[in-house]
Amino acid sequence: MDVIDIIKPENQVFSKTCLMTDANLSYCPGCGHGTAHNITMEVIEELGIVEDTIGIAPVGCSVLAYDFMNIDITQAAHGRAPALATAISRTWPNKYVFTYQGDGDLAAIGTAETIHACNRGENIVIIFVNNGIYGMTGGQMAPTTLPGMRTSTSPYGREIETMGSPLKITELIANLPGTYFVTRQSVHTHKHVRKAKKAIKTAFMNTRLKKGLSFVEIVSNCNSGWKMNPNDSNTWMEEHMFPYFPLGDIKVKGELKQKL
Amino acid sequence: MSELRLMKGNEALAEAAIRAGADAYFGYPITPQSEVIEYLMTQRPEERTGMVVLQAESEVAAINMVYGAASTGKRTMTSSSSPGISLKLEGISYLAGAELPAVIVNVMRGGPGLGTIQPSQADYFQSVKGGGHGDYRLYVLAPASVQEMADFVSDAFDIAFKYRAPVLILSDGLIGQMMEKVVLKDQTERLADEEIIERYGSWATTGRKGRERNIITSLDLVPERMEARVHKLQEKYKQMEREDLRYEKIQCDDAEYLFVAYGSSSRIAQKAVQLGREKGIKVGLLRPITLFPFPKQQLFDLADQVKGILSVELSSGQMVEDVQLAVEGKVPVKHFGRTGGSIHTPEEILEVLEQKIISNGRN
Repeated sequence: MDVIDIIKPENQVFSKTCLMTDANLSYCPGCGHGTAHNITMEVIEELGIVEDTIGIAPVGCSVLAYDFMNIDITQAAHGRAPALATAISRTWPNKYVFTYQGDGDLAAIGTAETIHACNRGENIVIIFVNNGIYGMTGGQMAPTTLPGMRTSTSPYGREIETMGSPLKITELIANLPGTYFVTRQSVHTHKHVRKAKKAIKTAFMNTRLKKGLSFVEIVSNCNSGWKMNPNDSNTWMEEHMFPYFPLGDIKVKGELKQKL
Repeated sequence: MSELRLMKGNEALAEAAIRAGADAYFGYPITPQSEVIEYLMTQRPEERTGMVVLQAESEVAAINMVYGAASTGKRTMTSSSSPGISLKLEGISYLAGAELPAVIVNVMRGGPGLGTIQPSQADYFQSVKGGGHGDYRLYVLAPASVQEMADFVSDAFDIAFKYRAPVLILSDGLIGQMMEKVVLKDQTERLADEEIIERYGSWATTGRKGRERNIITSLDLVPERMEARVHKLQEKYKQMEREDLRYEKIQCDDAEYLFVAYGSSSRIAQKAVQLGREKGIKVGLLRPITLFPFPKQQLFDLADQVKGILSVELSSGQMVEDVQLAVEGKVPVKHFGRTGGSIHTPEEILEVLEQKIISNGRN
């Protein structure tokens, strides 16, 4: 039997979600964004909610998320996605509204919008991709850049004394009464992808049940910004990012799982 | 039934917003316009009409909430005063770039900086010359009475949706704070979600149902496409100039001299017209109701009739530049303004007309 004979509908065991377009991803090879996009779209397809889902794209590497996600998307000004999501969720209370934001967008310029949307307990999902660097603008220091980490604006390494410590915004918002589900995941191995997808599904289910704000951080790599090959960047992420940003659920059903 | 009430300008605007069938208001307190959100909160608009009212964490958040709701086809507005409008300008530029309908209200106070909480018209440049970044214009309505504070809300929504563009109501602390009689329109029903999807489904991000996905963005990295977007915006602005210019001529038919004034200044200038006529000076008033589009042709034509023009503003001289451009040097154009929260009297205005325009003409 030839390979071509095997390719037929009845033998198909997996297919790409119809909610990802066929456009070539603009992300660097090895970057976690593509996987994070993909599992988010898979969840929306599996829950059958595309007709009622509105996404908010940020400014940063994922500004062009709307080129890849085959859903209705509004692209926000830098950092303001939670404000947009608040308004859409308030005026369309039965819709599923999610933001997809990076660390500079969510934890630097958009800190106020993030904290206040969380504090109000808006019935939305925030997906937060944290790779500790500004990727799109070419590798500048982010609010989550690790101590000593070299970037183009911390060329001798992040100095805590003058530049502050990396901001654990996820722990910060977990302490607000308005957040219902707060978790930190990654997408660098199959096991982690499955767990992250499960967390995103839980988050969207919380919206369905009007439980309030669900916040899914995905610690990711930036091999270009970190100036490493993809494999090395994942190893570096495990060795350096995870100790500072430990994976796991932080708040479930409104209850803190860890003493912070 | 329409209803006659005695109201503050800010409150009349807020009541008119509910009656205009607005879906949402997002704002942040700032003097002299905090009565807008205060009044809305007392009215429980969520119960009256289903309108959402939310106090945002900042003016920046409020304008971006407007951007969010507007991207889904909802009738959405915000209000603020000068320093707060400065904060909103990024969002306003995005609204223009992404072609979203929304109403923004500026109840002006004196600046620059924290300035004063007293009335001013020093945000004319900010309103009509861009303010935010990029090649865009705002359709700007300038109310001169509490009645117009109320009436212009629904007018502004109509224009915003006609052009899919942000519209600014440029008021000031005087109009916002003073009380006058106002006839309130009947309640306009809010559109049901299904009607919004039917009307605006060609562009609004209401969920991908039975169509290709909708994308709202102001970004386009391909120069040719971005240039085409900018050209499309400019076509809109030209259409506004052709179809939606508004102005009022007061005693201009036989006028030998002309005041140009908008908003609160036009109310005071109108009294100066009366005082002038009592003294035998044939003076009229051209009141731009829209500041963009600006009544350029009307001024150009009036310049053939009058001997001189005095632009009266609560600023150091902003609109006067547009008056001068429109008149193309045919007659002298002078400026008279008060700033810092001071307000000119009708007598002062007439005196300046006599000194700067009439006496100079005789020399």
